[in-house]
Amino acid sequence: MNNRVNDFTIKIATVNGTGTASANTLLMKSIFRSGVPVMGKNFFPSNIQGLPTWYEIRVSRDGHVARSGKVDIMVALNPETYARDVKELASGGYLLYDSTWPRPALLSRPDITVLGVPLAQMCNEHFNGVRTRILMKNICYAGVLAALLSLDLELIRGLLGETYAKKPQLVESNMKAIQLGYDYARQHFSCPLPLSVEPMDRTAGHIMIDGNTAAALGCVFAGATVAAWYPITPSTSLMDAFKGFCERLRVDLETGVKRFAFIQAEDELAAIGMVLGASWNGARSFTATSGPGISLMNEFLGLAYYAEVPAVVFDIQRVGPSTGMPTRTQQGDLMACAYASHGDTRHVCLYPANPQECFYMARDAFDLAERLQTPVLVLSDLDIGMNDWMCPDLKWDDAYRPDRGKVLGLEQILEIDRFQRYVDKDGDGIPYRTFPGVHPKAAYFTRGSGHTQFGTYTEDSADYQVVLDRLLRKWQTIKQRVPRPVVDGAGSEIGIVSLGSSDSAIREALAVLRGRGVAVDYLRVRAFPFGEEVERFLGAHRLLFVVEQNRDAQLRSLLTLETAVEKAKLRSLLHYSGLPVSSRFIVEGVLAEIEPSAEHPKDIARA
Amino acid sequence: MTFIAKPKVSHPSLPRNALGFTRRDYEGALSTLCAGCGHDSITAAIVEACWGLSLEPQNLVKLSGIGCSSKTTAYFVSGGHGFNSVHGRMPSIATGANAANRRLSYIGVSGDGDTLSIGLGQFCHAIRRNLDMLYLIENNGVYGLTKGQFSASADIGTRAKKGDTNLQPPIDPVLLALDLGATFVARGFSGDKRQLVPLIEAGLRHRGFALIDVLSPCVTFNDHEGSTKSYAYTREHHERTVLADFVPREREITVEYEPGEAREVALHDGSRIVLRKLETDYDPTDRAAAAAKVQQRMSEGEHLTGLIYLDARGERPEFHQVSATPAEPLNSLPYEVLSPGSRGLAKILERYR
Repeated sequence: MNNRVNDFTIKIATVNGTGTASANTLLMKSIFRSGVPVMGKNFFPSNIQGLPTWYEIRVSRDGHVARSGKVDIMVALNPETYARDVKELASGGYLLYDSTWPRPALLSRPDITVLGVPLAQMCNEHFNGVRTRILMKNICYAGVLAALLSLDLELIRGLLGETYAKKPQLVESNMKAIQLGYDYARQHFSCPLPLSVEPMDRTAGHIMIDGNTAAALGCVFAGATVAAWYPITPSTSLMDAFKGFCERLRVDLETGVKRFAFIQAEDELAAIGMVLGASWNGARSFTATSGPGISLMNEFLGLAYYAEVPAVVFDIQRVGPSTGMPTRTQQGDLMACAYASHGDTRHVCLYPANPQECFYMARDAFDLAERLQTPVLVLSDLDIGMNDWMCPDLKWDDAYRPDRGKVLGLEQILEIDRFQRYVDKDGDGIPYRTFPGVHPKAAYFTRGSGHTQFGTYTEDSADYQVVLDRLLRKWQTIKQRVPRPVVDGAGSEIGIVSLGSSDSAIREALAVLRGRGVAVDYLRVRAFPFGEEVERFLGAHRLLFVVEQNRDAQLRSLLTLETAVEKAKLRSLLHYSGLPVSSRFIVEGVLAEIEPSAEHPKDIARA
Repeated sequence: MTFIAKPKVSHPSLPRNALGFTRRDYEGALSTLCAGCGHDSITAAIVEACWGLSLEPQNLVKLSGIGCSSKTTAYFVSGGHGFNSVHGRMPSIATGANAANRRLSYIGVSGDGDTLSIGLGQFCHAIRRNLDMLYLIENNGVYGLTKGQFSASADIGTRAKKGDTNLQPPIDPVLLALDLGATFVARGFSGDKRQLVPLIEAGLRHRGFALIDVLSPCVTFNDHEGSTKSYAYTREHHERTVLADFVPREREITVEYEPGEAREVALHDGSRIVLRKLETDYDPTDRAAAAAKVQQRMSEGEHLTGLIYLDARGERPEFHQVSATPAEPLNSLPYEVLSPGSRGLAKILERYR
């Protein structure tokens, strides 16, 4: 067997609402504190309590943060999903289960090692109260894993101390449960297992953070003051985090005055309306939502495009269509966001690939929205937004000041004869705007109805077209101003094109493919519209795999609609199960196309 | 539709307000509504009120949705920014705009379709938040731009121009606003400028959500016999309850009132409203009694008008008070007080290790 130290995946199958989240975070963080790169992904139900939930921890000395596509240790604590959990375990893997109850003999597999621990029995003997016993059972397995993986108990105690800083009695009870599991494992099994954790120094200068928290932090640093939203999974935690940061950082301790407005709207229609109202009136304002909210916001997005009102919208994508699977991930809103609303509309979209990009792109989104006077949609997803990712420390340049774009202040207004809202003075398609309350000369009428370049109502064809054509010139300018793509590799005739959270799996897949002698270049688009570099990459490759997490190849559609690429060159690798794409899926998809074999049949690639 | 520009010439003898402006300075573009439209009278009343209050034109923000009524924000105070949003969604634009800058005056002009059908939800929630704005409904019971369909404010039994009879009960914005806790609720009639102008003045100065439902007959689609929103019917059945005289803080009360007839209410900025009750048993500060009275008169086919309810003691805080936002508008806070900077970031990151 290969060296499996610091290179394996644990999957924990439990029932939601029973306290397993804290045990899982504890395990992940203790590995992170040991200096070993780690990733944790939560596959949870759209439910409060009682349905199956899984947590995957990938330990990767090489720093891969995508799903590996295989499970080495399965902690199977949910009888309801036991059969499929056992089935998912890789050959040679370890199955940990609660031996308090008999295990169905039918579910045995000869190729795995079974480790039974009487978790419930031990906790029933040592703790009182039904709820406490359940909670402790679910922390006890962390102790078992600590022994099996050779995790440092003192480190775990330290983490518990931080978590329960205000309730020290909980540190002791949790530690007691962990010790029970730890001791049992040490007595009954040969610890540590061959796949274990050995301290490294690869996590210094890194944090573990989820994308929603990072995006919220970006909004704070960008100087956003008005946040309006309607609760929807998986975007809610972004707004919660923004509120939390503001409550800590923007409240005057003496007076209680809050330097932000946080408005829970009556629905998404109102949330985006509030954002437009506030942005139009000179405040940096944003909302966060998910697919269904984007559908509802369409009408206002069209108005914002046409009337040229800045707005920042975070779309934390989840599985569609319709209500879909609210707690599963997908990249399914690419088309809906790019062309939201009726008539000729196109919107700036940013595609962060990880939490650190959520932070920086949140800042960029506000600057772009104001510079370009148009909505900017930041398309994150549930995988980035709600899972903890290992990221390099976020950095901030104190020289940063918000770029409000072309806004005329009082002095400039006094100098002009007449304010003309939609006239292209600079030839870049971007007009000048003014804020209410400054000077009567600067007043103008914002409307979604036909308007002239002077902002007045019109039904005249020529006047209408002047504005529409200027908006198209602005779109050309936008192409040059949005974040550039990331290109990895050059010279191969095969390329991968992708975006967003598929990135981590692709980068791992590239390493595997290159290791096998298959040279593949990689282009990650970071924004819509696509600029010249995207065009160049598409032109330079004979065969292009478009990797994305939706059924209908939406990125491929956008590429064929908005670039000169030949459709025949594009092969889709589509992953839309609701779980994050794994590197294995991509490797197999690429190999099936370029080296078809029995192991990698060609039709998989065309799925 | 007219494309004729309005001449900007005014007679030198026109009276001037404290800022030296004449009424002409508070006008807007030429109206494109039908001749005789009630909405134009309301526009004139708004001009009069803004002039009377000596409002700085740039400090008035005009908001609207879609419909005949919503067009009118272009027809007054051209020195103030206007935002003609989408159908039924003006309250959300108003909420965001107000959140960004609390120092300006916000007037929203809407219609019965815009408010009571497509925009009912946003209307209710703006009231619920006690957003500091004047919300004016130009209520004619009919959809004009789409040519004569009943709106949600049409009374049961009212007849359309083409002969249909309305069978659905109306939604009354005044009753709804009272129920939702609005702090200033009034009803006017476009044909009664004397009553309407002080209501608009008081509504603009009121801190919190002020609703004025203005009956505003549609001369083209709803001014015939059998309609309960025609000029003739409204003249006959609009019943003044409480006359509100608005007295700006700069002015003395000069009118003599009979003892017991008048009651003075001070507004937050020092202005006063003098309420003159036309019925001795009516108390415009009693929400439940006001609602009961409106309902009773409605069942008799009468439109109760005047200042129907006022939260005279200012019991309900408005949106910014609830949000604890600073006195300085959020849109002008310096960046330095909003960003924790690189040192702040380093401290924050410690929690994620």
